[in-house]
Amino acid sequence: MAMLEVHDIHTYYGNIHALKGISLEVNQGEIVTLIGANGAGKTTTLRTISGLLRPRQGTITLNGELISELPAHELVYKGIAMVPEGRGVFAKMSVQENLEMGAYHRNDKAVITSDLEYVFGLFPRLKERRRQVSGTLSGGEQQMLATGRALMSKPTLLLMDEPSMGLAPILVEGIFDTIQAINKEGTTVLLVEQNALMALSIAHRGYVLQTGQIVLTDKADKLKKDPTVQKAYLGVD
Amino acid sequence: MKINWKTTLRYGLIGGVSALYFSMIGMVELFAGRNLIGTTVNMGHLLLYGGMLAAGLLAARAHHQGKLAQHAVIGLVAGLSAAIPTALLVILHEFIPMQDVFVSVNNALIRFLTFERGLPGLLQFFLASGLLGLLGGLFDGIPTDYRRAVGTGLAGVAIVAVFSDLVTQVLTNLFGRASVNIFFVSKALKPVIALVLLLAIAAFVFMRDRRKANAPAAVAAAPLDKRAALRKQVILFVIIGALLAIAPWILGSFLSQVLFEVGRFVLLGLGLNIVVGYAGLLDLGYVAFFAFGAYTMGLLTTTTNLNLGGGVFNFWLALPIAVLVSVLFGVLLGFPVLSLRGDYLAIVTLGFGEIIRILALSDWLKPIMGGAQGVLFIPTPEIFGIVFDSPESMYYLVLAAALVAAFVSIRLRDSRLGRQWMAMREDEDVAEAMGINTVQTKLLAFAIGAGFSGLGGAIFAARLGNIFPHSFNLLISINALSLIIVGGLGSIPGVIVGAIALVGLPELLREFQEYRLLIYGILLIVMMLNRPEGFLPAEVFKRELHAGEITEPAEVE
Ligand SMILES: Nc1ncnc2c1ncn2[C@@H]1O[C@H](COP(=O)(O)OP(=O)(O)OP(=O)(O)O)[C@@H](O)[C@H]1O
Ligand SMILES: [Mg+2]
Repeated sequence: MAMLEVHDIHTYYGNIHALKGISLEVNQGEIVTLIGANGAGKTTTLRTISGLLRPRQGTITLNGELISELPAHELVYKGIAMVPEGRGVFAKMSVQENLEMGAYHRNDKAVITSDLEYVFGLFPRLKERRRQVSGTLSGGEQQMLATGRALMSKPTLLLMDEPSMGLAPILVEGIFDTIQAINKEGTTVLLVEQNALMALSIAHRGYVLQTGQIVLTDKADKLKKDPTVQKAYLGVD
Repeated sequence: MKINWKTTLRYGLIGGVSALYFSMIGMVELFAGRNLIGTTVNMGHLLLYGGMLAAGLLAARAHHQGKLAQHAVIGLVAGLSAAIPTALLVILHEFIPMQDVFVSVNNALIRFLTFERGLPGLLQFFLASGLLGLLGGLFDGIPTDYRRAVGTGLAGVAIVAVFSDLVTQVLTNLFGRASVNIFFVSKALKPVIALVLLLAIAAFVFMRDRRKANAPAAVAAAPLDKRAALRKQVILFVIIGALLAIAPWILGSFLSQVLFEVGRFVLLGLGLNIVVGYAGLLDLGYVAFFAFGAYTMGLLTTTTNLNLGGGVFNFWLALPIAVLVSVLFGVLLGFPVLSLRGDYLAIVTLGFGEIIRILALSDWLKPIMGGAQGVLFIPTPEIFGIVFDSPESMYYLVLAAALVAAFVSIRLRDSRLGRQWMAMREDEDVAEAMGINTVQTKLLAFAIGAGFSGLGGAIFAARLGNIFPHSFNLLISINALSLIIVGGLGSIPGVIVGAIALVGLPELLREFQEYRLLIYGILLIVMMLNRPEGFLPAEVFKRELHAGEITEPAEVE
């Protein structure tokens, strides 16, 4: 049984049928990537999994437990954390306060402190700026903060929505290295990306999304060689 | 440095148009009737020539730097140009009487503007305007410590003179009526006293700044400083506490009533501050909960046949029920608007507030709520033989309630719930993804905010003895909202300062009642343009609005 099983979900925005029967699986310990063009429904899929949107049809289970009925705020307790698209840091809070919000649902003060050190170890830049107001961080730093904040909730499954968006190539590499490092330490990752090449090079498996439907799925290195993928997402003719 | 004439003239013109406007609507004339210093300086002067001074000052400030002489020239030009529109009015009035259309452009105004001399007096008007503009320009040019000293001194004298009612009342109560005559003639400060006061305040500020500047900024002494700061705070607390406790004795009956009003709006403001300031939910129907509190108190305790309490309720029994009813309605009305954000929420709550008022007014509910006649004969509170029938005693009641509300507010702000509100205010989705139950968090904000408001309403009903639907109009919500914004959204001291500024001070200037809303509006506009974070902003909002200024310098890679 896979850790996360999404079965035939349909999500709507009012009358707009955004997800038209998506099914996917994420196994324990994997990095799975979800690639697709703008407007394909990647963000919608992540928001549906994290409970912010409710599917009109279909089921989502986490370790066998049905979670598609649960409100978003309860999913944190089940081990799901999200790094939202566009980062979504609490702009008026300081870096440290943001990170503490990530551990909001936990009460173990001592462990939280050590987790904070862990995140600062991953992102030394955040440590330097722990008192700075988050809204004034650079884009890359905000991305680090959003990632760090998600890690503060000690997730077993991390949902990331375009962590490379708007970042310089060098920072993108840094972020992807970090994702791999987090994964090696035992966190399962579902990664939504525009940057298909990078995503496929760190992921184990991938899904290709097109106008609300999965059109292709395979091992990451196979997808990388797939002619349609190459043509559509990797810019290879 | 070159003088930018365009900027200079622009400030002059802004000052000039304001002066013209204030003259034409009759404000100058009305203000002129109130002497400030002897019979030489009146409030009309303050309004008119204060504007000239400001024009000169702002014009000079817009130039950032320059020699003192340049400042003087800029100020002079700004002041003179500021006089032009009003001077044109005077000339025009000479040829075409305008009183039929502009009621306030009358001979009294012209006499005031021309120093009682007719057209030749315009020369004097220009002279005075130019001089004041020049002084304003110079004022901007002098070194900071002098500027602070003189500025504070002038402001101090102006405040004492404008609020002479308050000062004379305090003097009378403390030292007897005779003491007033030492400092004041009728309502105006004696010229000598004004001068002494100006010098005293200026000297004090000057000395204090000097001492501060000379004290070595020792970093090592920081822990000591902390203790000293704490001691200072405690002393300040004790002084404020003592002042609050004896305020009614010093201030007398009328001013106690003003304080009661301030206290009532502090309560409203503290509640709304939770909803808007902490949780970021823009509620424009906030008065509804005030009405629930008041009507619950009224209907439970009234001695008329509207009484729903079967005669068992007195003020103290009804008070918690009034709060509870408000809280209940806070939750009830929170439900339908849970999914609404920002402007939509504002509109819906606005409608809701009006519905409540109209329901109270309606014939349909008249048998229960009294309709337009309201609820009469609400008894005053009484405990251990003490009857709260005077403004002074009610002041203590509202003070106690406000203190409780302030305490609860502070505790909430620093609590887990406070964090939840803050996170939700910034990004609802992300907050939810962090594990915050936003439904619960929102409802709690509505409920607690409504509770404070209901408490205020209940005390209000008992104070007045009768309540009418029209006491619960939109203006109350707007007032409460304005005062927390002016004071500083999310800031508890801000609520108090806001209530004093927007509720207390206007009560003290009742003679100018008709211009109250105008002044209010101008104050809000100026405030929002120059200090959008409010008088005493909360830490987080300062961050938002002045983010660029307090950011730590970024490192270069
Ligand atoms: N709140 C909304 N209301 C209505 N339609 C929406 C809403 N959010 C998204 N959509 C639509 O749903 C579809 C899928 O959007 P989604 O944000 O999931 O795309 P995406 O794959 O994440 O794209 P991108 O790579 O540009 O972020 C799009 O057609 C979009 O216009
Ligand atoms: Mg997206």
